[in-house]
Amino acid sequence: MTANLVLIIVVGVLVGSGVTLVLERSLTRILVGFVLIGNGLNVLFLVVSGPAGAAPILGLSGDPMADPLPQVMALTAIVITLGTTAFGLALAYRAWQLTGTDDVQDDLEDDLIRRRAARDEVSATFDEADSELPDEGYAGDSTLAPEDEVPA
Amino acid sequence: MSDSLLDQLVLAPVILPLLGAGLCLAFGRFAEAQRVISILTLLAVVASACVLLVRSDQHGPQAFNVGGWPAEIGISLVADRLSSLLLLISTIVTLCVLLYSIGQGIVEFGRDTPLSVFYPTFLVLSAGVSNAFLSADLFNLFVGFEILLASSYVLITLGGTEARVRSGTIYIIVSLASSALFLIAIACVYAATGTVNFAQLALRMQDLPGSTATMLQLLLLLTFAVKAAVFPLSAWLPDSYPTAPAPVTAVFAGLLTKVGVYAMLRTQTLLFPTHELRTLLLWASVLTMVVGIMGAVAQSDIKRVLSFTLVSHIGFMLFGIAIASELGVAGAIFYIIHHITVQTTLFLVAGLVEYRSGTTNLDRLGGLARHAPVLSVMFFVPAMNLAGIPPFSGFLGKLALLEAGVDAGGWLALLGVAAAVATSLLTLYAVAKIWNRAFWQPLADPEDDTPVPFDPAVLGGSLHGRSGVSTATQRETTWKTDTEGERLPVRMALPTIALGLVTVALTVFAGPLFAMTERAAEELHERTPYIEAVLGDG
Repeated sequence: MTANLVLIIVVGVLVGSGVTLVLERSLTRILVGFVLIGNGLNVLFLVVSGPAGAAPILGLSGDPMADPLPQVMALTAIVITLGTTAFGLALAYRAWQLTGTDDVQDDLEDDLIRRRAARDEVSATFDEADSELPDEGYAGDSTLAPEDEVPA
Repeated sequence: MSDSLLDQLVLAPVILPLLGAGLCLAFGRFAEAQRVISILTLLAVVASACVLLVRSDQHGPQAFNVGGWPAEIGISLVADRLSSLLLLISTIVTLCVLLYSIGQGIVEFGRDTPLSVFYPTFLVLSAGVSNAFLSADLFNLFVGFEILLASSYVLITLGGTEARVRSGTIYIIVSLASSALFLIAIACVYAATGTVNFAQLALRMQDLPGSTATMLQLLLLLTFAVKAAVFPLSAWLPDSYPTAPAPVTAVFAGLLTKVGVYAMLRTQTLLFPTHELRTLLLWASVLTMVVGIMGAVAQSDIKRVLSFTLVSHIGFMLFGIAIASELGVAGAIFYIIHHITVQTTLFLVAGLVEYRSGTTNLDRLGGLARHAPVLSVMFFVPAMNLAGIPPFSGFLGKLALLEAGVDAGGWLALLGVAAAVATSLLTLYAVAKIWNRAFWQPLADPEDDTPVPFDPAVLGGSLHGRSGVSTATQRETTWKTDTEGERLPVRMALPTIALGLVTVALTVFAGPLFAMTERAAEELHERTPYIEAVLGDG
């Protein structure tokens, strides 16, 4: 199989930037990241379908046709990406309504450990000054490793 | 019914729920109509799954090419023994959960309030699960996954409360990432082989260079491992499941991860029968079992304990897949069936506990055995089953898996056996902890109560998540004065009991069922019946 180098680079750039965005905290950016990844993958399906050819409609021309199957798959994937992105945006809006931010929160387990540390199971490394817990939102990982932030 | 019509029956489990969902949306204002449509739809699906199971057992895999396109370019659906067995059990479970949620809807909102989104979404979820079980090509499997994921996004954030938005966000991001991985895997498989049809892939995969095949296998396994919550890709599950409404958590716990396990089982046995990745899979299964159950032991909320046991017991199924002997695969299939019913029942019971006392936090529960004896029995039986106490089906499934592990030999397989035994014991410890603290011990005095580390009452198990804290505190105050307590809502209790009886029935009919799973495993090992059914005359 011969593959088109330009297309492969396009895939790489799209997916790479997508992954970078997905690693952000804000849900909106994460969604944009997934849109980029989705587009990159649709281009990947073009790479996979082999050399370009005539439109895959029987009897249109005598030239060799492009492989229609990956195009069908890419179409389906586009529709699915559209649907999930719409839902994700609605969710980001709802999160903003509720909390004033669309940041992805820390998971409950981290929260639990943080609170447990604050309650009574004070570990040797736990700094008393940090036990005043932030009530909402995430406090990053700072409270998990308080010794990093001990004021001088 | 003519023969050609029976051939098309494979379509029914996918098409019927979708049609039912459309009708439900159309009747969005009429609560009664929605309930009737949903129940009838799922009853029809259960019936068709029964017929499919009988036919696939007697006449071999039932294949159907949708729209008459040949299998190579079209979409085909296949019901072999494995698919129809899982299809049947999953639709029975879905039906019970539907009845439970109807009961909960009536109890919480009254008879006439329609839950306009819930029923259609639930039916679409069922269609997605069926599609994933029946699909005979990778891309349709992807579509099945997407259908069930899209509806699960809606269900897990139902009502849009803060806790659900928070956990739903994590769930959705993880699912999107795994879907992206799946697409990459499909593209690579197509690039390497020029097809996504399972039967053709089975034939062409052996012509690929070993390293290419291994890479494809790894990609697919990685995708399915995220969906099945295999350690170390399982961290999302215990965080996202407990906040959803009780019936939603129950159906997710029962079915969604098992679809991932099914996908692994299908691809491993059909596409990569030489299983070069045995070491990796065995390690993954050992770690999933042990790490998962450690998490369960550390938790102090019923739903979270159950979520962690769910992760841990995925390891048992993975162990059977990794061993890959006929007995191992049969044991894994049996275990999947057992676990679908038991785990769903337990989550439904957790929903009832939450309804009864307003919380599932073990620090705030107590004395349920005295105040709610029926509920206690409903919890006790499936809990012992989950822990694998003889003579329950959990014990039989584990026994088969352990036997397969010992037969396979090698230190790693024996390590897996040891891990499985340890996990069973720790599962017993985890459910005994729930039993002791929630059911057996009297309720601790509120004065002595240590502050609750995090309050799951806020999470709320109600369908729209609105009854959260207020009802919790209300119920807790009435708790002391009225020791008789409220009676269990019959509409919610009956489906739970029915499902509990299914788990017991799995034990009673374990002999024929295990024979069936052995035939299914045999069929998976032969591979030719499946390939011929798809490619034969299509």
